[in-house]
Amino acid sequence: MSKWRTWRELPIGVVIPEPGNSVTYKTGNWRALRPVYDKSKCVRCLMCWVHCPEPAIRRLDDDWVEIDYDFCKGCGICANVCPVKAIPWYGRGGRA
Amino acid sequence: MRGKLTGMNGNTAVAYAVKQAEVDVIAAYPITPQTIIVERLSEYVNNGELNAAFIPVESEHTALSACVGASLAGARVFTATASQGLALMYEILWIASALRTTVVMALANRALSAPINIHCSHDDAYAARDTGWIELFAENVQEAYDLTLQAFRISEDKRVLLPTIVNLDGFILTHSLEGLYVLDDKDVKEFLPPKEPVLPIDPDNPITYGPLDLYDYYIEHKRQQAEAMKNSYGPIKEIHRKYSEFTGRKYAPLKTFGMEDAEVAMMILGSSAGTARYVARKLRKNGKKVGVISLTVYRPFPVDEIREALKGVKAVAVMDRSYSFGSPGAQLYMDVAAALYNEKERPLLFNVIYGLGGRDLKPEHVAWVFEKAEEVARTGEVREPQIWIGVRE
Repeated sequence: MSKWRTWRELPIGVVIPEPGNSVTYKTGNWRALRPVYDKSKCVRCLMCWVHCPEPAIRRLDDDWVEIDYDFCKGCGICANVCPVKAIPWYGRGGRA
Repeated sequence: MRGKLTGMNGNTAVAYAVKQAEVDVIAAYPITPQTIIVERLSEYVNNGELNAAFIPVESEHTALSACVGASLAGARVFTATASQGLALMYEILWIASALRTTVVMALANRALSAPINIHCSHDDAYAARDTGWIELFAENVQEAYDLTLQAFRISEDKRVLLPTIVNLDGFILTHSLEGLYVLDDKDVKEFLPPKEPVLPIDPDNPITYGPLDLYDYYIEHKRQQAEAMKNSYGPIKEIHRKYSEFTGRKYAPLKTFGMEDAEVAMMILGSSAGTARYVARKLRKNGKKVGVISLTVYRPFPVDEIREALKGVKAVAVMDRSYSFGSPGAQLYMDVAAALYNEKERPLLFNVIYGLGGRDLKPEHVAWVFEKAEEVARTGEVREPQIWIGVRE
C-alpha cells in the first residue's frame, strides 16, 4: 500500500474494486524467522517449490529457485523439506 | 386518506406490501408467527401475481445469505423471520449491513427460547440492535403495511444503503385482523421507484465483496459504517414525511401523546403503545399530566428528539418487553438513560419489564405504572429502578 487511506476515502460496503490487488499487499513482514537459500548446496529437486504454501519460492531457469521475501511468512517448511539443507534458518525477522 | 379500506392481519398486510413493492427475490424460511408472510408470498409467486424468484431455503442462515447475494447483485430483496430464526441468522445480520445491502426483513417479534414460546417479546428485535440494521417498529397492521413500503425506499436510498427490519408484534399484530388502507399498485410505483443498484455484481467487471480485513483497515470500515447509520436518520425522516404527505397517514421517528405538558411519561415500543395512550387519554381527562412516547424508529436511536420530548418531564417509565440479564437495565431503558445522561436537566427514570412471552399488558397495568411514575415525580426518588409487571410474585 502506497498510502494508508482514511475511512472517508474507502469505497463503501467493504469492497475491493480492483481485482487481484492482493499482489500489492505485501505480507513478508509477518515473518519472524528468515530462510536463506544457499545455491552452492542446491540439487534442484524443487521440493521447496512444491511445498511452499504461499507460494513464495520462485522457480527460475534450469530449476534453480529464489525466495520471494515480499510474501514469505517464514513458516520454515522449505528448510524442513530440503534434503540437502540448502535453506538454513538465518537470523531473525525483518525484510530481506 | 389515500388507499382503499380493507381488512387484513399483520402478516397478510406485510406480504401484500412486499408484492406491491415488486421485489425480485424472496428467500425465507417459515417460522411462527411469521409463517403467513412466507406462505402468502409463495402463493403470489406461484400464481403469477408477483414476478420474483422465491428461494425455499433450508434454514434462516441460508435465507439471509441468499438475500445478501441477491441484494449485491442488484435485486430488491425481502425476507421474514422471528425469534429463533433471527438467532440463526445472526452472523449474517452483521454481514448484510457491513456490505451495505438493502435487504428488507419483517420480524414477527417472538420470545427467544427457553422455555419455548411462540408469542410476543422483543428479544429478537433487541438482539439485532447492534448489528447495523435500521429497525422500525409497527404499532398496528396499518403501520406494518406502511412501514414495509417505506423500508424499501429507506434501505435503497443512496444516502442510506443499509438493510431494514420492520418489527411487528407476534400474534398481536401478525394474526389480528384489522382495518387498513392499502394503496393502489400505481401509487406504490409512484412512491417506490425501482431499485438503482450501487456497484452490483458484474461478471465482466469482477470486484471483491467482504474480503479479509485486518487491523490495518477493519476499524476504518467500521468507522465508515457507523457514519452511514448516523447519516441514515435524515433520509428516514424525509421519507416518513414524504410518505405522510403522499398518503395522509402521519409517520415520524417518534410518536408523542400529551407530551406538550406531561410531567410523567411512558416510553414504549410496538403494539402496546396503543394501550398506553388509551390509558393516558383517560388519565388526562381527569387532569393528570401524563404522556406517552413510542418509537417508530428504534435504530438509529432518535436521541435528539427524545431529549427534546422529555424536556420538563419529571419521571419516565421505560417499558421493556424483554430482559437483558445482568445489565443495569433492560434494552430500551439503557438507550434512554444513555441518551439523557449528559443533559443538564433530565427526568428520573425507572424500568418496567412487561409482557414477556405474550403476557398481556392491560390498561390497569399501565395505570399502575403511571401511578408509580407520579410517585417518583412527587418524591424525587426512584425506590425501585426496575419493576416487573403482570407477573405472579
